Amino acid sequence: MPTIMTVDDTASMRQMISFTLGSAGYEVIEAADGAEALKLAQGRKVDLVIADVNMPNMDGITLVKSLRAMEQYKFTPILMLTTESQAGKRDEGKSAGATGWIVKPFNPEQLVNVVRKVLG
Amino acid sequence: MAIDLRRFHSTYFEESLEGVAVMEAELLDIERMLQRSGGAQELDAERLNRIFRAAHSIKGGSGTFGFADVAHFAHALESLLDEIRSGRRALDLEVVGLLMRAVDCLRAFLLAARDGAAPPAEAEALRGALERAQTAGRPASSALEPVASTGSGWEIEFHPHERFFHTGNDPLRLLRTLAELGQLVVRADTSRLPAWEQFDPELCYLGWSLTLQKPVARSALDEVFAWVVGDCELQLRPIAAATAPSDPGPKTEEKGATSIRVATAKVDALVDIVGELVITQTMLSQLVEDFTPERLARLRAGVAQLERHTRDLQDAVLGIRMLPIGFVFSRFPRLARDVSAMLGKQVELAISGERTELDKAIIERITDPLTHLVRNAIDHGIETPEERRRAGKPAYGSIRLDAYHKAGNVVIEVSDDGRGLDRQRILAKARALGLVAPEAELEPAQIDELIFMPGFSTAESINDLSGRGVGLDVVRSNIRALGGGVEVSSVPGRGTRFIIRLPLTLAIVDGMSLQVGSEIYILPLAWIAETLRVQPERVSQPAGGPEIISVRGEYLPLLRLDRLFNLPARARELDQGIVVIIEADGRRAGLFVDELLGQQQVVLKSLEPHCARLEGISAATILGDGTVALILDAGSLVRQAYSAASLAAPVALGAAQAAFSTALH
Repeated sequence: MPTIMTVDDTASMRQMISFTLGSAGYEVIEAADGAEALKLAQGRKVDLVIADVNMPNMDGITLVKSLRAMEQYKFTPILMLTTESQAGKRDEGKSAGATGWIVKPFNPEQLVNVVRKVLG
Repeated sequence: MAIDLRRFHSTYFEESLEGVAVMEAELLDIERMLQRSGGAQELDAERLNRIFRAAHSIKGGSGTFGFADVAHFAHALESLLDEIRSGRRALDLEVVGLLMRAVDCLRAFLLAARDGAAPPAEAEALRGALERAQTAGRPASSALEPVASTGSGWEIEFHPHERFFHTGNDPLRLLRTLAELGQLVVRADTSRLPAWEQFDPELCYLGWSLTLQKPVARSALDEVFAWVVGDCELQLRPIAAATAPSDPGPKTEEKGATSIRVATAKVDALVDIVGELVITQTMLSQLVEDFTPERLARLRAGVAQLERHTRDLQDAVLGIRMLPIGFVFSRFPRLARDVSAMLGKQVELAISGERTELDKAIIERITDPLTHLVRNAIDHGIETPEERRRAGKPAYGSIRLDAYHKAGNVVIEVSDDGRGLDRQRILAKARALGLVAPEAELEPAQIDELIFMPGFSTAESINDLSGRGVGLDVVRSNIRALGGGVEVSSVPGRGTRFIIRLPLTLAIVDGMSLQVGSEIYILPLAWIAETLRVQPERVSQPAGGPEIISVRGEYLPLLRLDRLFNLPARARELDQGIVVIIEADGRRAGLFVDELLGQQQVVLKSLEPHCARLEGISAATILGDGTVALILDAGSLVRQAYSAASLAAPVALGAAQAAFSTALH
């Protein structure tokens, strides 16, 4: 079963993503910021990363760059969580190597649909 | 798949409210810096980022969890913050004031949403103000272009760039998604494929010409390719016409429940200990299964291990209820700001030790007493700026909140550098109230103590803040109800310090078991100053008064527990039993019991639902053999011992001491 990592400094968001994707049968691990995510990603194989942009310690953009610099995560899908007003951040994420984005707010069904598509 | 989002609501509300607290604290700091610097201030980027992140998270969560109006408001707040963060809008005191009001409103919004109440009335006006405050307004919506109508389908030229895979995208995924929209005819363009020896498997050489034989909306295709627009050559040509989809609406809200958030490390520790416990239990069961006397030593070791793990588990479980005192402290910067502004005083609040942990129940119940003390400090302690200048002090008064651990207790100090207690006025007032005999001479510390007497208040004018009819006696009794105590010390002209001592938890105490007749009582160790055997000649009883014992020159009232609780005691004479010196609220008294049985930790069980409050008893516990033991309330016992002497205890005791000394010599 694919492993998905959710990275968000907002616990309710993390819980929602984790629960939703867990219910959809995925294995989900949680990280509260980019730094923690990077540490978690090193020890194991993660098949998809869903990361918030604004986070303390290490933001989402830096996380994308750092993951892409790792051999293991060269081609791994990484989705950014952005809001409608963050078009600039979206572009920044893309040029850092993000696969795509999910626009907040989203509902569980939308999330599962996106993830199903990305993970095939 | 239906997921009920309500299960996340309590976390969402809790962290959103925490976010609001963060914004408030940072704004207060910014405001103070602006005031200090007279308006011009280098922007602290990280500070602004923290405020922005909090607003942003609240907005995101609100939208996701179905609180559209909260999200709408948070959006206006976030947008203004973004303008400021990016330097397009200056941050001055006026804007900080507006942001502060917006933060208050956001809190009200969240509480209303949580409790299913109506949103705050000022929300609309405030949101308008936030929007107007963004000088360089940007178009709020980045909605996609309206649909271009099509006929029977689309011709799509899709040629990924070579490094397409390096964004984690997969052309096949896009083709599959397109195929879900309608019948798709796919022609691969292999013209860019290099010679075999130059082939790099990490690069994308293929392109595709696609025909989608379904008149879908242009927006549906844009959505499919949205993530890869910059990573490929893409051409979309309509073959004919179509319609637009619509989005699902938000959901409704529901009331949340209280919960406790626990650091993951604490939960991990619990899991570890339980693991150890299980191992020990397995070991013990195997040992007992075919037990032989030779194995006794191992059994003992196993039981010792079990004991250790149980204690660890107990500590860890109690730790879950522990919260940093910062939860309470964090509300005071705002309080200090508002109160000092109202009184025309300048106050700087310094906080330290906010990580000191306390039981959640204590945290909740210490808030009011602390609020009272901080208000008092600003109202009565800190002078006006002119007064301070005349006294050669900085115009800014300073109030300190400090928390730390000391001898198994948590100590919280509230101190100010104000005018100090006016002992003359306190004494005059106490005499007028009849709390002190007119001719009695009191030590300064004894005078300071008087401010905790019921009905005592020296405030000349009843104002908004401190004169609410709640005095320091209530503060003290609230703190006592938590098993703690409060003391005051003061230096005229230099300031006043309140020292609050609280137990770490309300659930478990270290106690001493005392035997009186056939009964066992538990006295919390924290109250015990010493235990000693007293010779009968060290006791005297002035006519009509309590028994007084002399301990190294100090004269203390003596309470005999057997008489107090009407028990048949074994020890009649003082040298047959033990005197336990208890100390509460700075006063000491002797407690006469038959014997000490030993120390043990006991779990407190409240008596409240089962019987009325008993003087001298704070709770009960169940001992190892299943019997119930009552837990003594030292504070109340000391009070009883002294009130047996007189209401104005120090005075009467002084008289008793005098009589006693004469009797002895």
